[in-house]
Amino acid sequence: MSVQVLKAGLLDTVQDQGRFGFSHWGINPGGVMDPYAAAVANALVGNDCTEAVLELHFPAAQLLFEQNTLISICGADFQPCLHGEALPLWQPVVVKRNSVLHFEKAVSGSRCYVAIHGGLDTPVWLNSRSAASASGLPRKLSTGDILCLREGRFYFAAWLKEEQEFTVLPWKAAYREVYAAGSAIAITRGHEWTQLNRYSRERLVNDPFTIGAAADRMGYLLKGPALVLEKHIEMLSTGVTAGTLQLLPDGQLILLMADHQTTGGYPRVGHIHAAALPRLAQSRPGTALQFRITDPDQAEAAYIQQKRDIAILKRNCLLQLNQKVC
Amino acid sequence: MKPQYTIYPCGETALCFDLGSTLDPGLNQQILNLCHQLLAHRFEGFIDAVVAYSSLTVIYDPYHIYMYGQNAGKDPGQSVRDWVTRQLVKAWQEASETLHRPTQHRIPVCYHPSLGTDLETLAAARNRHPEELIHWHCQPVYRIYMIGFLPGFPYMGEILPELQSPRKAKPVPVAAGSVAIAGKQTGIYSLPSPGGWQILGRTPIQLFAPEADVPVPFAPGDEVSFYPISLEQFEHLKQEAHVGTSP
Repeated sequence: MSVQVLKAGLLDTVQDQGRFGFSHWGINPGGVMDPYAAAVANALVGNDCTEAVLELHFPAAQLLFEQNTLISICGADFQPCLHGEALPLWQPVVVKRNSVLHFEKAVSGSRCYVAIHGGLDTPVWLNSRSAASASGLPRKLSTGDILCLREGRFYFAAWLKEEQEFTVLPWKAAYREVYAAGSAIAITRGHEWTQLNRYSRERLVNDPFTIGAAADRMGYLLKGPALVLEKHIEMLSTGVTAGTLQLLPDGQLILLMADHQTTGGYPRVGHIHAAALPRLAQSRPGTALQFRITDPDQAEAAYIQQKRDIAILKRNCLLQLNQKVC
Repeated sequence: MKPQYTIYPCGETALCFDLGSTLDPGLNQQILNLCHQLLAHRFEGFIDAVVAYSSLTVIYDPYHIYMYGQNAGKDPGQSVRDWVTRQLVKAWQEASETLHRPTQHRIPVCYHPSLGTDLETLAAARNRHPEELIHWHCQPVYRIYMIGFLPGFPYMGEILPELQSPRKAKPVPVAAGSVAIAGKQTGIYSLPSPGGWQILGRTPIQLFAPEADVPVPFAPGDEVSFYPISLEQFEHLKQEAHVGTSP
């Protein structure tokens, strides 16, 4: 059971929900940029939401499925195609053995996730299958790579209609609200928020910020009005998390993303709601952002709600899969 | 007497337990003690604890706690955050105050100008011979306050006042093993990376071995001292280290 990379893309990696518990060695969490799309992709094919998935950037890899299997593609729309036919996103698809999946065009979003029923059986390092950036371990998938899969629970050949290369299963994920553009991005105040001068605090919530060209898995540099502290503060480094908005010495903001370092010494002026990070993970350089401040309780409620939606989806998908067998 | 602390949120998935912005071995030890206590008695939904100089950032999963923690977040007006705050306070009160005996490391460093690219400039700026700076750097026993920036990069202190130097204005490419200083701190670049610290020398020791059972030889709280070696010894030890780590 395996998937072969026929042609590597710009930046394709294996990622799960991250490598936690090794910060005392300075080893960062990494993991998927868009935890929602990855979890939903897994749920749709009956996997645990924490299973490793393929995270693809455009131009994305060409993948050969050597067995009949069940996949789902979530996140960015790169126009996935199988034998010249378009595949839907956010829906499980049974693919026939020796099918080749490729991606035509970057329509929207930045990162596309492919989950495969059973999960990827790639090497585990420190409790995680996530590609470790900056670790010296191989991280990017290359042409010719073969990724092993774990044994699935179903016999998918029976689910393929005759003379069809693939069959789309009827259940879908309701994802639109998570990525709805237009609304302001909810943030909570960071510990050094009060150190910003009044003018800067007003700018942060009233002015638009733009995702700069330097936006990768480590973080996004944001372009906007220069923010200024009331007075210079001496800070010692502290632990940081994805979603932290740090103020750089030149007055610009950097938003830490999945591959952030474990510690940082810049003022933390805010934290993006974890439930809003998927939308940012799919935003491209040049996207304008407006921030709004909420209290931490609202952030917590939004997070719990999002996770609960995923858990319900997962349960329903499992139910559908099992019913299909009966 | 335990020092005063503050606990504040870093978003909805992390709380920072902070003993103030002071570089102090005692405070750092208290943070380590708290970390050990939390690791020995993990609360429901605990994910990670990031040790820094005088703070511990505790990362948790609010959904997991909401679902499986005892009443956490389910009482009106009570958040998961309040519940985790109580877990931290409890761990802080129960954390042992005894000082453990630190693991000690002696690290060979080659201070040859071809490897310690900033040593001669720093010496000239002080009107001193490079040998004196090497002596200053090798004199103290340093405490590892934290590991961060890169996997296996130890933040150590404090260096002698006469050696203290500011960071460079712009980061430059730095080789793995480079031993460097900035402000009151000294550190070792465990991997090749851009960096702004002043480079004094290089160690042949591998500080990050991802394939090894223990990929990083250091932990926060350990003690490190440096001793000078020649370029020949450096090459020799580097070869040995290479042979030692190849399969």
